[in-house]
Amino acid sequence: MSEALSQPVNFFQAKKGLFSWIFSTDHKRIGLLYFYAIISFFLVAMALGFLMRLELIAPGETIMDAKTYNQVFTLHGVIMIFLFLIPSVPAFFGNFFLPIMIGTDDVAFPKVNLMSWWLYVLGGIFALLTLVVGDGPADTGWTFYAPYSVKTGTNVTLAVLAAFILGFSSILTGLNFIVTIHRLRAPGMGWFKMPLFSWALYATAWIQLLATPIIGITLLMIVAERVFGVGLFDPALGGDPILYQHLFWIYSHPAVYIMVLPAMGLISEMIPTFAKRTIFGYKAIAYSSLAIAFIGYFVWGHHMFTSGMSGPARVIFSILTFLVAVPSAIKVFNWVATLYKGSIDVKTPLLYSMAFIFQFLIGGLTGLVIGALATDIHLHDTYFVVGHFHYVMFGGAGFAFFGALHYWFPKIWGKMYNERVSKIAFTLMFIGFNFLYFPMLILGIMGMPRRYYDYLEDFTTLNVISTVGSWVLIAGILLMIINLIRSNKTGEVATRNPWGGTTLEWQTPSPPPVHNFDATPVVPEGSPYDHKMNKTG
Amino acid sequence: MANFVLANSGHNRDDEASKFGMWLFLFTELLLFGGLFLVYTIYRYLNSEAFLHASYELDVIMGTINTVVLLTSSLTVALSITAIQKGNVKLSLWLITATILFALTFLVIKYFEWSAKFEHGLFPGMDHYNHLEPAEKMFFFLYFFMTGLHGLHVVIGGALLGYIMWDIKKKEVTPQNYVFLENGGLYWHLVDIIWIFLFPLFYLIH
Repeated sequence: MSEALSQPVNFFQAKKGLFSWIFSTDHKRIGLLYFYAIISFFLVAMALGFLMRLELIAPGETIMDAKTYNQVFTLHGVIMIFLFLIPSVPAFFGNFFLPIMIGTDDVAFPKVNLMSWWLYVLGGIFALLTLVVGDGPADTGWTFYAPYSVKTGTNVTLAVLAAFILGFSSILTGLNFIVTIHRLRAPGMGWFKMPLFSWALYATAWIQLLATPIIGITLLMIVAERVFGVGLFDPALGGDPILYQHLFWIYSHPAVYIMVLPAMGLISEMIPTFAKRTIFGYKAIAYSSLAIAFIGYFVWGHHMFTSGMSGPARVIFSILTFLVAVPSAIKVFNWVATLYKGSIDVKTPLLYSMAFIFQFLIGGLTGLVIGALATDIHLHDTYFVVGHFHYVMFGGAGFAFFGALHYWFPKIWGKMYNERVSKIAFTLMFIGFNFLYFPMLILGIMGMPRRYYDYLEDFTTLNVISTVGSWVLIAGILLMIINLIRSNKTGEVATRNPWGGTTLEWQTPSPPPVHNFDATPVVPEGSPYDHKMNKTG
Repeated sequence: MANFVLANSGHNRDDEASKFGMWLFLFTELLLFGGLFLVYTIYRYLNSEAFLHASYELDVIMGTINTVVLLTSSLTVALSITAIQKGNVKLSLWLITATILFALTFLVIKYFEWSAKFEHGLFPGMDHYNHLEPAEKMFFFLYFFMTGLHGLHVVIGGALLGYIMWDIKKKEVTPQNYVFLENGGLYWHLVDIIWIFLFPLFYLIH
């Protein structure tokens, strides 16, 4: 296929005007609508994170009081989790690439897809409204633990409704993906010829579908408690606060797999492309996605090891937690094995993938430390947990997201990004990230609690290092964004397949035409990552 | 080449996909209520005496009539699908009308039941309610929450069926393409099955 053959109208040019975007049912446009919204919310929450770290640069009150700090970390968590991490990979990359990668022209329910974006926007507006009305944003932490969440005067009701609406949006996305993968794969694309990103999305979609309703109803119960003053979770009124914690984590622990599983799918795409080698252990990676989704549903109890649970229950939850590490490790070993004897092309997306493996490893292993009963008693509710969570979520899911943003940048916008600047930005982010979060692990072991705006003098040095790290990280992120915006204006025009990828999205022009392909895509006979075929063809 | 369209387009009609999507959505609805059933079960287990005592306040006769009404409406909606399959559009429309009338009957009976509870001051915040012991309060709160959420689903289901009637009149739902009605019927059966569990839990268990 020569490049000059024909350049059909791409999906940017097809129609113009704001309404052609916000009422579009084209999965690519909806994906981009999500992206612009998601990245805006990310920047807001990043700014909040910056303020929190600034507050912690010295002991005592530095720039905000205790209540404000509580509100800031709550809003930071709510935005980062419900508005950035959960939708980030599925709703943006998934929407944009899932149909193309399985060789079709849209998701199964395009109108439902548009509706889910509108719900997302509505949820985002609710979350931001908490800033301007009443007594300000919720100060409960993103977990909304009862009974405090029922008693505080801050805008818990609005924040909780925002999470409810966003959950509905997430359910509809998951539902759409499951049906799309079942019904719309290109002729000849069996389940085990799908790219691994589709497998990751498939496993994630089931979690979105089966876990989200539980948090929906739980949050409605919180609203009802606040409005009608009944005590479902308030011990003073005969309720059980630990029951709330169970209901909350029945969703919210699987939710962390909603955040990280699709990101693992991205890594499984980027590594074979830049190692120029078939993925090692395709089926093992595919099955491990399903295994993580399945086991991940049964580990929620490890959030309540110290809050009242029988001995046997704690042991069972601890063992199950250890079990999740097995499929995760299978993935890591397979990625590393894929690199072995590959002809590695060190481009920016590969660097992000390497950072993912390194940071996810630290995040995963520290997860085992707090999944073990004895150590958790010491580390529960310390800064160690915050460090662990950010290593998995930001160091893992976040870095994969930004890596994939570079990987698919040419495909989405049709321009090449500036490789040199992007590597500088990556380096800043990698260094900044580790300086920001590694001290948290040490501080946690030393005994610094989480969610406090103040700390003992002894913790000062490490906190200063962490705050300086946050500046470097933010500089890297801003440089990355500026580089991408500039590249979109001045970058070289991208060819169909700038990286030598083997999955179907590389067979179509960049950016793709309205119906995704300009000719029937050729589904590979064997593995979707057959790089030998690419060399001769 | 500008308008190349794939054979396996997402915009093709695919009744299997529509029904599959509906089933998945019904799963999420079941889980939504599942959370409430879980809370109910745990508090019932912890306070069985108080729950039993409080449940005597409910009107078993009205609940039974409502169960019969709702089960019959599930029959009529199923028959309406068979009618349209056999090409009898007029009968199908009548059967959907009957279903909607049953839905309204259910809501009217529910209205009288709730009114009686309000008169007795049993709604959260009211006088009698405030003097109940905590577990009894919990019972009435769950009663209002769960039957209220179910009532909301009755309203949504009824409105959905009304919309489908409109589509039949516009010939968008026809004997050749009636998957929308099938999905409306599925949703209606969900409303039914939730009630089948609510009824014994609140009215019958002794």
